[in-house]
Amino acid sequence: MTAVLTQPRPIRLKGRSYLALTLTPELPFEDWLVRLDDLAGRSAGFFLRRPVVLDVEGLEIDRAQLRDLVGRLGTRNVRIMGIEGARPSMLGNDLPPAMSGGKATGDIEEPAAAAASEPPAAAPAPVESTAEIPAAPLPTTGAPTSIVVTQPVRSGQSIFTEGDITILGSVASGAEVIAGGSIHIYGTLRGRAMAGTLGNAAARIFCRKLEAEMVAIDGFYKTAEELEPGLRGKPAQFWLEGETFTAGSMA
Amino acid sequence: MGKVIVVTSGKGGVGKTTSSAALGAALAQNGDKVVVVDFDVGLRNLDLVMGAERRVVYDLVNVIQGEAKLTQALIRDKRLESLYLLPASQTRDKDNLTAEGVEKVVGALKTHFDWVICDSPAGIERGATLAMRHADVAIVVTNPEVSSVRDSDRIIGLLDSKTAKAEAGERIEKHLLLTRYDPARAERGDMLKVDDVLEILSIPLLGIIPESMDVLRASNIGSPVTLADERSAPAIAYFDAVRRLKGESLPVTIPGEKRGFFGKFFGRKAA
Repeated sequence: MTAVLTQPRPIRLKGRSYLALTLTPELPFEDWLVRLDDLAGRSAGFFLRRPVVLDVEGLEIDRAQLRDLVGRLGTRNVRIMGIEGARPSMLGNDLPPAMSGGKATGDIEEPAAAAASEPPAAAPAPVESTAEIPAAPLPTTGAPTSIVVTQPVRSGQSIFTEGDITILGSVASGAEVIAGGSIHIYGTLRGRAMAGTLGNAAARIFCRKLEAEMVAIDGFYKTAEELEPGLRGKPAQFWLEGETFTAGSMA
Repeated sequence: MGKVIVVTSGKGGVGKTTSSAALGAALAQNGDKVVVVDFDVGLRNLDLVMGAERRVVYDLVNVIQGEAKLTQALIRDKRLESLYLLPASQTRDKDNLTAEGVEKVVGALKTHFDWVICDSPAGIERGATLAMRHADVAIVVTNPEVSSVRDSDRIIGLLDSKTAKAEAGERIEKHLLLTRYDPARAERGDMLKVDDVLEILSIPLLGIIPESMDVLRASNIGSPVTLADERSAPAIAYFDAVRRLKGESLPVTIPGEKRGFFGKFFGRKAA
């Protein structure tokens, strides 16, 4: 990033941070992959074209096992852009590069990101060859901002912010709302809502009428089929109790 | 300056072309000068529904490519002298529609007509986005069933983001036209309710067109339903829709929901 430049016209290298989904595989991989297939089966295209980082911190595996896992994810169309928490000896040219310094929480502190248009080359998790990473609908800049959406969120639209999202209308089937913080929907939630996506387990999802396709908080999720039938069509909220995804009415 | 209306839906087969022809004819029957433009390049149908298929010489693509003048391509309706059709090309590829070309043609039509009705192709690809591009008003044609409603919702999202008006920070006027409404099926409960559709799409209701053999019959004889039988239920519904489009406040009747001996209409406020 800060290499000494000898050419008169330097190649521009800039640091940039991106938001990626992080998968945390568990041993035995066979069982974990079954659960992953289950998720992908119920939520078609969930991983498609999204940048995914594999977090293997604390896993007792060797290089061959890791390579096998990346390959098997590849056959499921889950493209791993980087690997976190692996020993250097486990990685080689045939595996995605090591990633480090990823931020699990919503606090964005590095001054570079808060600075104006083009910060100098100094950013965490330098992701080179950005062209390889298809545009995810998840821009990340500046301090966590909360937004208020006054229009209905239409099918096919995707809204993201690092802070809270308040939506005055409804979220349509086929639309998604992704927040680092909590999500408040004053209309009907028919699409997907994902709260606490930057690692905020205290985030919640509220909606005045529940018809959701999927809800998720900090990586824990429930699809429409798993939602309590009694809550359907009613005001509802979701939160995490430890690792338990909890739903309740707001009546 | 005329108003540009796009008739769109996302989903195919919901009644865009039928509605374009019926609304265009109804507006012309009121004496307005109307042109209906078929944007469905490669799958043109509007000429058939309007009974002009044997008089097509030049088309929209010819005009855009500069091979014909606009006046050469416009076909005047045989029954209504203020109703015109600009047909689509059946042989050309839709890639021949360029953004600049469409802008030029629509701009020119606006100066000559009171209403420019753009009949959009199904889908959300180039043809559909170009058809909606320069619209002042959008009529979203929806059937009371889930897939049509979701596709319409997607189209409304595009209308709010991809049209010239939206990009200029203005809001495009949007109306819902609920077509193929079947009172018998509604009674059995195997169709989405009007209120549910309105709640999901949250745009004002322009009208409800009942499912009817009259529509099919009119299409087969190449006549907009408002011309074929002015007193049929769908024709009346289209005439009412046109009155609302022109700003009149008229309660919407749900077919089959007339009440009382005198057919007391059930007033309904659009979302």
